[in-house]
Amino acid sequence: MIHAFTRHFAILRSVLSRILSPPVAGILNIIVIGIALSLPTGMYVLLQNGQSMVENLSDAPQISLFLEIAAKSGDVDALRSKLNQHPDIAKIEFVPRDQALEQLKHSTGLSDVIGGLESNPLPDAFIVHPKSGEAHAMEALKIELAKLPGVDQAHLDSAWAYKLEALLKFGRIAAMILASLLSFALVAITFNTIRLQILTQREEIEVSKLIGATNAFIRRPFLYFGATQGLLGGIAAYLIISSSLLLLNHQLDSLAQLYASQFELHPLSLGDSITLLLFSMYLGWLGAWLSVARHLSRIEPG
Amino acid sequence: MISFSQVNKRYPGGYQALKNVSFNIAEGEMVFLTGHSGAGKSTLLKLIAAIERPNSGSVLVNNQNVGVLKERALPYLRRNLGIIFQDHKLLFDRSVYDNVMLPLQICGFDHREGAKRVRASLDKVGLLNREKSNPISLSGGEQQRLCIARAIVNRPAILLADEPTGNLDVDYAKEIMDIFKSFHQVGVTLLISTHDTNVLQDRNVRVLSLKQGELQPAMNESRLP
Repeated sequence: MIHAFTRHFAILRSVLSRILSPPVAGILNIIVIGIALSLPTGMYVLLQNGQSMVENLSDAPQISLFLEIAAKSGDVDALRSKLNQHPDIAKIEFVPRDQALEQLKHSTGLSDVIGGLESNPLPDAFIVHPKSGEAHAMEALKIELAKLPGVDQAHLDSAWAYKLEALLKFGRIAAMILASLLSFALVAITFNTIRLQILTQREEIEVSKLIGATNAFIRRPFLYFGATQGLLGGIAAYLIISSSLLLLNHQLDSLAQLYASQFELHPLSLGDSITLLLFSMYLGWLGAWLSVARHLSRIEPG
Repeated sequence: MISFSQVNKRYPGGYQALKNVSFNIAEGEMVFLTGHSGAGKSTLLKLIAAIERPNSGSVLVNNQNVGVLKERALPYLRRNLGIIFQDHKLLFDRSVYDNVMLPLQICGFDHREGAKRVRASLDKVGLLNREKSNPISLSGGEQQRLCIARAIVNRPAILLADEPTGNLDVDYAKEIMDIFKSFHQVGVTLLISTHDTNVLQDRNVRVLSLKQGELQPAMNESRLP
């Protein structure tokens, strides 16, 4: 057991020294892999951030019903009982026009302007919470409510959030396509590196076979090489993404201060980071395996 | 230990390297294989190590028919053989020491365990003081001896040598023959191919003589007392 461990460790050590000799070529390889991985992963990080933003902002999708300015309290009561009986509505809130004006004064700092108004320009309003959060159902409900007597306008407040979410879905698919294409590129890079190595070590492989090396013994260093190179590429990708986020957050910070709000991009989570590293390691291993399977059998001593 | 029975070997292209070859080598025997270049000596040795396969007939090594051995089993056959190659097949990207270490690594020896054996092997062929050198800096005779050290480090029961004295002058050749003789004395089975008749003259050993792929009813074939 300890033997096996030290033996594998010895292979790993020789693999590391081989990756870095010549150092420039080895490091360039790792950086290329890192960049290839960081593109889809970076996209994923941005999408994740967009997703959490949407979830924060649109947790309560609602429809605002603005009544006609001339609506009397009798009309309002009739509308209220209609809305209460509607099967698709979970809850309603009534916002009288005076209260709306007060809120506007407080929340926007426009009190001077509003104080100068002769009469309240705001209508009474109902805020309707639908039972279903589905975009289609809400859209249909909005159209239906807009036709009720006494209703001037119906407004779907979180419509933009749904649009953003659809955009995010689109982005996710684009990221998936990019990820699969670049994964293929990573496999191809490793495939080629290993092919060159097998060619340069042809003699060693031949001699090893002649003195009793099993195929597994010959394969092992190449597979370790592929996996290690993939892992280092994954680490490079992680560093690229982390430093990019750091730069972006620095810039976002000053931007957010202008809007007097807090906003920052979250880095890769621990789980996602581990997934990235394992995946890149696996791709490197796969490229090496394919290469070894293809090229090693052709080297037969004779 | 090694037994050929009606072995034929034809290479792709039609060249008949061995014709109906049959012989037996007992355990602990030292046998010389002679013949001109192209007589089939190398082919015969390759058949024993299953580097080539016979077209017909059987090649038994340790009662195992190596002619039909599965690919997977080959490494384990070869670990029991020490092979000294005509072209040495040394690796010039590593030291003398590491060249001899290679068979032990393949068999899964630990570095510390292997070190003793490597040094014993190198000592046997007189290269212990060169263990850190690169094989490229060794003379032809030293490279040959390094190849022997690598072949014996596994302590194989059978040693095959293909023209081990081919390019060496008489003194070096004698040195190497003395090394083989010492292995013979400790019970190793040896099959040594050579086209150098000088080496054979003063030795009272068994000789297999090949001519154009056929085993000659050798006049000088005799056994050690």
